[in-house]
This record gives sequence, structure tokens and C-alpha cells, in this order.
Amino acid sequence: MLLNASGCLDALTAPEVARSLDAFVTKTVTPLPRDGNPPVRIAEAEVGMLNSIGLANPGIDRFLTGNLPRLAKLEIPIWVSVGGFAAEEYAEICSRLDDHAEVAAIELNVSCPNVESPSESAARIVASARLATRKPLWAKLSAAVPDIGAVACAACEAGADGLSLVNTLRGLTLDARTLRPSLAPAVGGLSGPALKPVALAAVYACYQATSMPIVGMGGVQTGRDVLDFVAAGARHVALGTALFADPDAPSRVRAEVAVELDARGYSDLDDVYATAHPELLSIGTTTNGKYLLK
Amino acid sequence: MRRERLSVVASERVGPYTLLRVTRGGLDPGIPGQFFMLEAPGRLLPRPMSVCLAPPGELAFLIDPIGPGTRALCGLEGGDRLAILGPLGNGFQLDVERPLLVGGGIGIAPLPYLSEALGRPPAVLGFRSDWHAEAAGLVPDAEVCVEPRLVTELVDPDAAILACGPEPMLEAVRALAPTAQLAWEAPMACGYGACYGCAVELDGALKRLCVEGPVLCS
Ligand SMILES: Cc1cc2nc3c(=O)[nH]c(=O)nc-3n(C[C@H](O)[C@H](O)[C@H](O)COP(=O)(O)OP(=O)(O)OC[C@H]3O[C@@H](n4cnc5c(N)ncnc54)[C@H](O)[C@@H]3O)c2cc1C
Ligand SMILES: Cc1cc2nc3c(=O)[nH]c(=O)nc-3n(C[C@H](O)[C@H](O)[C@H](O)COP(=O)(O)O)c2cc1C
Ligand code: FES
Repeated sequence: MLLNASGCLDALTAPEVARSLDAFVTKTVTPLPRDGNPPVRIAEAEVGMLNSIGLANPGIDRFLTGNLPRLAKLEIPIWVSVGGFAAEEYAEICSRLDDHAEVAAIELNVSCPNVESPSESAARIVASARLATRKPLWAKLSAAVPDIGAVACAACEAGADGLSLVNTLRGLTLDARTLRPSLAPAVGGLSGPALKPVALAAVYACYQATSMPIVGMGGVQTGRDVLDFVAAGARHVALGTALFADPDAPSRVRAEVAVELDARGYSDLDDVYATAHPELLSIGTTTNGKYLLK
Repeated sequence: MRRERLSVVASERVGPYTLLRVTRGGLDPGIPGQFFMLEAPGRLLPRPMSVCLAPPGELAFLIDPIGPGTRALCGLEGGDRLAILGPLGNGFQLDVERPLLVGGGIGIAPLPYLSEALGRPPAVLGFRSDWHAEAAGLVPDAEVCVEPRLVTELVDPDAAILACGPEPMLEAVRALAPTAQLAWEAPMACGYGACYGCAVELDGALKRLCVEGPVLCS
């Protein structure tokens, strides 16, 4: 599946772009409306960009009454990204989404670098959300942790169904003339090609640590990038920053994937899945019960 | 909104600015005040540019080389190709009586196309130097002033004002003529509502300038 990365597409202003994806992921929705951070809130960096949008969103009430009915008309699966400042806030939003058949899945954004992060651990948030909804729960993690595999295992044990890897990393750029921070809040989240090796390593580690399906993202620009993420262990891939320069990126990337597969003699992406991993050590199962010989 | 790879027809110097002329392909030139996102060679993000002129088969952009993206665009030569997305945003409302175009510096960029659409109404333009003022030649019937004189000294507040220029100029025009149509700027990553980067404060809330603007009527 090809998705958009949360916060990198508004399906209501660009419905034709959303329809070119297999599912649409919303910008993170929080309990209360948020204006986001003051401008300036984007800047180009070396091979990437910074953003400090700060989770601008209408809040769950207006999302449910205003946005969701209009999103449902797009007739593509809707994933709702959920954020908050305490585990109970995530749980509250999840329970309010639970009755809405038009919501295909929930992504728990436990990793936005632009707001004071929730003090609870990812696992506690997943556990509270799990009690509040039957929807598939995807935990969106940050790579800025010492052992992302351990965080992934904890999320799995808490009841997550999948992982979204990765969110942006904290970064700083300075204005060329004044040498002051380009962004109003000074630091922002780094996305784009600079993030790709970090994201691939996270996917690789989480594939080895858990058996959950993974949505890989971070600097995906081309069909080759998609193959890399799938080979590292991602079942699905999301486009973020690439959509800004090129709203036609989904169809272009799909065409490039077909060419890349063909050039390697593969018939589809399943042939590439997890091929970056060593011949899986000819062990039958890992400690977490995952069967490794595929 | 449509994205195409187009060829540079020519790149002409106009004072410190560059008039980048590209083939139009299948792109609609849009309404004056609307903009396009231009791929800047070697940069990750495209740059927003107003349509300056739209002669048959072409689109032309007037570009001020102030940073890496605009310098890369000004360095393009005939035959080079670049991806262009648009037209985007909301342009000027053209059904006005007694229009007066007001421009400052690179803010004159959308005025040649606007002037044509409105049947060459009067225009007043302000520039930092005589060199910058060479760009005034692109706007018919323009009265020009150069700093330290300010363009607002030439503004008739009773006319229907359509203005583009640096923020202090726009604020001064708004103070003189509260109903003026003003074309604003903000840093933009996408130009089509995807990134929420171009937020500006409107009616007490942050809104996306690429969706609500760039032309705003107060
Ligand atoms: C709707 C719209 C239409 C535009 N039309 C034109 C046009 O026709 N011709 C033209 O030359 N320029 C136009 N601009 C401005 C142009 O897009 C920016 O100058 C360009 O993106 C700067 O990129 P850069 O990499 O060269 O410089 P950067 O490195 O991005 O910026 C250099 C310096 O300028 C400041 N800056 C950058 N962008 C802006 C901005 N949008 N507003 C205020 N300050 C900024 C930065 O903070 C920095 O100090 C337009 C902008 C918008 C939003
Ligand atoms: C402008 C912008 C806004 C974003 N907003 C969100 C958000 O609201 N929630 C979230 O989980 N991630 C958000 N992200 C992170 C992306 O979903 C993605 O994880 C990250 O950008 C890496 O992918 P990319 O390199 O392809 O952009 C945002 C990223 C950008 C660039
Ligand atoms: S420039 Fe991306 S939302 Fe306006």
C-alpha cells in the first residue's frame, strides 16, 4: 500500500492527490483545536526541510462533524492520526472514533517533535488506546530513542497492530543573513531525504524485533526508495515531503517501482519484502515467536 | 492545478531581476495574482512565483535573486527544463471600477499580467534604486518613484487599489485604503494546501495563505 505521511496532504483541498493513494492518513487530531506554532514554520535544510507546524488541527469535535463526513466521500480508506498530551487524551479520541465505520485505522502519533511530548511512554499510550477502540492501532514512533526495537516490542505487547516508522527528528537551521533560527520556535522537525537512512535503520530494527506490519516513511522520493523500505521490512510505504514538490508523486513512484522490480526480475513487491535481512540465520523462530524462514 | 515539465525559452535581465520565459505546455496561466510553484534546480522544495506575463504559448516570471532557490532559477538558460505546478491560490478580483495598480520592488511581478487583464489602468510603482526601477518598463502607464520617496505618496485612496509589494508597503496601503486588494507573501513548501507551512493570521486565526490568498481583501 502507498499512503501519505500524516500532515503532508490535506485530502479536502487536494482530493485528486488523496485518491491516487491506497489510503489517506489525516493530520494529527488532538482533543482541542490548535492553531499551531506562529510563522515562520517551514525552512529548507541541506537535503531536507524543517517544519514547526505544531499540530495545527480543528480538534476532535470539529473533525468529527466537519472533516470526517467530507473525507468519507472520497471513498478511500481513512486513517486518523491521533495526538494528545496524556494517555487519557489519546484514549478519549480513540473511543470517539470507534463507532465511525469510515475510519479504517488509527495512527497514534506518540512522537511529534514540535509539541511538548506526552510524558507517558509509547506503551502506556497504546495500552490506553487499546482499551478504547477495536480499530487497528498503528503506533508512530520516533527514531530518536536508544533502542527503537525495544519501544516497538513494548508497543506490540500493549496491543498495537502495526508500526509507522518514522516521525521527524529535531533539527535547526539558521538564516543565512542574520544567523538567527529560521523557524519561529527555533527548532523543528527534519524530514525529507536526510531522514531516509535513519528511517531505514528503524524499519530494519523493528522488523527484527517484532512481527508487526510496518509503514515505512522518511525521505521517500522515488520507486527505488520504496524498494529499499520494503526490503528493510516495511509492508507499506508513505510519502511525506515528496508530495510538497510533486503532487503527482504517487503515480510517478508506482511507475518507478514497476520499472525497478522489472529490472531485478521480480514480479511484485512481495518478492522484495525483508530481503535486506540476513538469510535469517537459519533459525526457525526468534525469542518473540516470529517465524523467520520466509 | 496541473504539473508539467516545461522548457526555458529565454532568461532576460531586467535591472537586478530576471524575466524567466518558459513554454506554457498545457498549463492554464490562471488569473492575475495567482501563482505557480517552480522547481528550483538542486533544491528540495519548489518556489512560489506570480505570473508576470502570459503571451501566447508562454509563461513569464520576474524573479529577484535573494537566496539559493531564486538564484538557481535565475541561472537557468534557454533549453533547460523545469517542473511547474499551478495555477494556485486566489488571484485579484477584476470586476472593479477605476482600478489603480500599486507595486513595490519585486512586488511588481504580477502587475504586467494584471494590467493587461484590466485594460492598462494607471499604476504607481516604487523602487529602491534607478537600477531596480528598470523593471517599471514592464508595466504600461506607470508612474515611478525611487527611494527616499515612497510609493504610498502617489496613491489615490479613492481608487480601487490592487497592490503587491513588501509587507511594510502593503500595511501602509491598507492604512490609506482599507478595502484594497493586497497580494501577500509567506514561505511556502507546497502551494496547494498540503503542508500548513504558509500560515498567516487572518481574522484572529492562522490560515493557509496559499489556500485563502495570496490576494486578500480586508
Ligand atoms: C504567492 C507568492 C508569489 C511570489 N512571487 C514572486 C515573484 O513573482 N518573483 C519573486 O522574485 N519572488 C516571488 N515570491 C517570493 C519568492 O518565492 C521567495 O523570494 C523565494 O521563495 C525565496 O527562495 P530563496 O531560496 O531564493 O531564498 P530563501 O533562502 O528562502 O530566503 C532568503 C531570505 O528571504 C526571506 N524569504 C524567503 N521567502 C520569503 C517570502 N515568501 N516572504 C518574505 N521573505 C521571504 C528568508 O527569510 C531569507 O531571509 C513570491 C512568494 C509568494 C508566496
Ligand atoms: C509539514 C509536515 C507536517 C507534519 N505533520 C505531522 C503530523 O501532524 N503528525 C505526524 O504524525 N507526523 C507529521 N509529520 C511527519 C510525517 O508524517 C513523516 O513522518 C515525516 O515527514 C517523514 O517522512 P518524509 O521524509 O517523507 O516527509 C509532518 C511532516 C511534515 C514535513
Ligand atoms: S504552502 Fe503548503 S499549505 Fe500553503
